[in-house]
Amino acid sequence: MEKSFFNTIADALRNWLMNGLGFSDTAAQLTATAIWTLVVILFILMNLIVLVWLERKFSAFFQQRRGPNRLGPAGFLQFPVDIVKVLGKEDIIPANADKTVFKIASTCLFITTILAWAVIPLGDGVILADLNIGLFYFLAIGSTATVSLMMGGFSSNNKYSLIGGMRTVAQMISYEIPMIFSLLGVVMMVGSLRLSDVVAAQQNMWFIVPQAIAFLVYFVATVAETNRGPFDLAEGEQELVAGYFTEYSGIRYAIWMIAEYGNLVAVSTIASIMFLGGWNAPFGLTFIPGFVWLLLKIYFMIFLFMWVKWTYPRIRIDHLMHFGWKFLIPVSLANILVTGIGIYVYRLIIG
Amino acid sequence: MVMNKNIFHSALFMLITFLGVAAVYFMLHADFMAAVQVLVYGGAITIFLVFGIMLTIRGSMKETNLFSGHAALAGIVSLALVVVNAVMVISTNWSVTGAEPPEETVGSIAELMLTKYVVPFEVAAILLLVALIGAVIIAKEVKKTS
Repeated sequence: MEKSFFNTIADALRNWLMNGLGFSDTAAQLTATAIWTLVVILFILMNLIVLVWLERKFSAFFQQRRGPNRLGPAGFLQFPVDIVKVLGKEDIIPANADKTVFKIASTCLFITTILAWAVIPLGDGVILADLNIGLFYFLAIGSTATVSLMMGGFSSNNKYSLIGGMRTVAQMISYEIPMIFSLLGVVMMVGSLRLSDVVAAQQNMWFIVPQAIAFLVYFVATVAETNRGPFDLAEGEQELVAGYFTEYSGIRYAIWMIAEYGNLVAVSTIASIMFLGGWNAPFGLTFIPGFVWLLLKIYFMIFLFMWVKWTYPRIRIDHLMHFGWKFLIPVSLANILVTGIGIYVYRLIIG
Repeated sequence: MVMNKNIFHSALFMLITFLGVAAVYFMLHADFMAAVQVLVYGGAITIFLVFGIMLTIRGSMKETNLFSGHAALAGIVSLALVVVNAVMVISTNWSVTGAEPPEETVGSIAELMLTKYVVPFEVAAILLLVALIGAVIIAKEVKKTS
């Protein structure tokens, strides 16, 4: 249903560009893609507004405070005001910093976030590029995000930033492995890396049922990947001020935040698509469009992330590494083995 | 670029080079290879290089790239390499087929790896295992002495 809705808009746009403005076929395609990219960026930014408000409200709720409550209904207008404040701040660059790298680091992270969003569908057919290696592309782009964090940590010429950057790298490299392995179980069951195929395969049963362990491993690994609590050692306030973005202020700091929340929404979307059925409606409630279902699932995942963050205390860095290497990786490997045997047995029975 | 005086910048420029190689793979319709290039070279190898630089950091990052003085020599070697490559490319008789490039490359790569090229594949796996055991032994030694 929503396929026709979104695709009608896209087709109408393409027709208007080609017939109304006399664009050639390629030019119309390029313009449509550019507009789609803009929509994706706007989607990330709009999510940011809601997420920052939600984060503040949830943290207040978990700590029995009120949270922002002065501007607008339930303090919802606090964040737009904060944006203006951040934009008006002075952009401070430390005297001995590696200036060029310092300046581009936050933007680089934002670029990787947007690149990762290229393959994430927001509904049936609502996708920028439905690659046949979509999931693998997402993981590959995600792995390069570490470089930007390191650029920020290293170029600040600050020991706190440096330690924060090093922790981030160690943590992200360790937790990338169980994350990829946990998604592999789903890929084995589907037999395709294309995200729309994964969703299509979940019409009867969500993969959270046969792949419950993989889901848990994925959840824990992505909490570490997105540097959120209780694994936010890279920016542990008590020890490292703010980790790799200690020296950042003004708009550059805002871009770090945008990219981080963009990544959070991205991994939540991937979790909804891989394990929670994507835009498939549960219990046959198909009168609600798939886009709404996907959004609900994404926000459910984000709620889980926030719940974990504000419930558990931060754990120590060596415990974190032990947990990743000695528990998550063996578990995810065992999950792959069991899934493989399961598929084999299933095929034997079905014939 | 790679001859930059600051070795950290050189490492970052190397990442851009790797991404360029990935783009070449992509232009050749080898999507999977391109993604592997980004994942392994962009996401892992560059990180380990930068990690090494961070752990051996000096007070000033200027003059950290000790090989940056040999720019002329490097230029000559690169030029020679380009010329040799160009001669090879021009002199080879490339067989041209009219067939469309395959849409899905992942499956066929996996099939080849586990049938025709299974021995090199397993040898690479053993090599990695050896490297892993070596790393564990080195890490243990450090613990004992300290």
